[in-house]
Amino acid sequence: MKLSMLRNVVIVGIGTALLAACDHNDNNRNMPEPEPEPVMLTYEVTIENISAAQPLSPVAVLLHSDQTLWQVGESASEALEVLAEGGDNSDMLAVDGTLATESGSAPVGPGSNESYQLTVSDEQSAYLSVVTMLVNTNDAFTGITNKALSDLAVNDSMTMMLPVYDAGTEANSEAAGTIPGPADGGEGFNAERDDADTVSYHPGVVSSQDTLPDSVLMAEHRFDNPVARLIITRVE
Amino acid sequence: MTRSNLSRLLLSAVLAGTAVQAHAVDVEVEIQNLTRGIYFTPLLVTAHTPDQSLFNVGEAASTELQAMAEGGDISGLETAAMAISADIVANPAGGLLLPTATTTATFTTSDSNTSLSIVAMLLPTNDGFVGLNGWPIPQQAGTYTVYLNAYDAGTEANDEIRGGGSPGAPGMPVPPPLEDLIGTGGSGVTTTISNAMVHIHPGNIGDADMMSGQSDIQNTVQRWLNPVAKVTVTVTE
Repeated sequence: MKLSMLRNVVIVGIGTALLAACDHNDNNRNMPEPEPEPVMLTYEVTIENISAAQPLSPVAVLLHSDQTLWQVGESASEALEVLAEGGDNSDMLAVDGTLATESGSAPVGPGSNESYQLTVSDEQSAYLSVVTMLVNTNDAFTGITNKALSDLAVNDSMTMMLPVYDAGTEANSEAAGTIPGPADGGEGFNAERDDADTVSYHPGVVSSQDTLPDSVLMAEHRFDNPVARLIITRVE
Repeated sequence: MTRSNLSRLLLSAVLAGTAVQAHAVDVEVEIQNLTRGIYFTPLLVTAHTPDQSLFNVGEAASTELQAMAEGGDISGLETAAMAISADIVANPAGGLLLPTATTTATFTTSDSNTSLSIVAMLLPTNDGFVGLNGWPIPQQAGTYTVYLNAYDAGTEANDEIRGGGSPGAPGMPVPPPLEDLIGTGGSGVTTTISNAMVHIHPGNIGDADMMSGQSDIQNTVQRWLNPVAKVTVTVTE
């Protein structure tokens, strides 16, 4: 018997049992209906780094109530600034309104991928945010925020190609000492905001091999959109 | 009948239904400049019949498109759009659309005007523009998102130095606030047009020198990666 047929049989069986239960309770119409047991929903989130030479900092994955964690045209939150300048996801994972969170254990290198599983109950409307820094930059990050998952049935999946954002909190100087990734080993988060102070799409890095002689970045650190692929699957 | 045949039949029924039901809809077009440091000149937003277009990739720019792409002047395109009974919203932002800023154009389409086109010049560039070419407006109520690329009109060499905005005038127009945001004294990146047809813009090169160098464009700020604009279309009946 095929698995799908087996499932149908099981579902029919449950239906019959429920009908039988209803018959049995005919004399107890005034009894309150028992609260339905919450169903647990599990999502698997996979991120693939498709850049040339931009490791992605330990990924922050959050299921949360309806809220955007950043918006093009708005000022970055301090939690986002901390992540986008230094790759530290701890403040982002601690934002209010989360239902479940996962943190990447290590950076996801170019050509690599990592998967995370998060579970919530169906009584909660879950929205997904994923965010990670391109570590060989001043303050570039990628991700998605406030993606509604309610339409996803079991085994459904969706794939998204992610653009690169500029947090707008640190000038894209590419100068020695300002980039935390292996291309420089410089400073991460700095509370000073010396750029547009507005989240935008990223203009791209220039590199010393292009027209920025003082850049610590090389041709391979340049990137284009998209920079990562995200696959979201409801597994339960 | 197999299922695939049936779904094909259903699909053609749906398509036929759509064609019959093409009707006036209320359209709200929200346009956001996604870039870090590129300004959009006054936008032209039009709904027109599917057989018309403001530009076509791989074809030479019209003189009206050239005037828009080199100097931000949409009056020629607006006149042409009126001549074909397009629905038009000109300059919804009331001037430049700043980096990351949003503007909204609202109109009711005439029955046969089911294609949406949008253009505006990108500053600082020589003849770069953001464009949407004949996007089919859904007849079904809902919210739809489209991302737009940057095009090169192919009518002016991308020398990336200060100049004029009249068609044929070399160099880039630099209205305020651009005059204070770009460099000066650049020697010029190139004097040749590599592709005289409308094409995807190769991007600004710029340089790190505000007083000389090859370009008057700031390389860390006034570049972009596609897409450069997000368009959110809300259709109501």
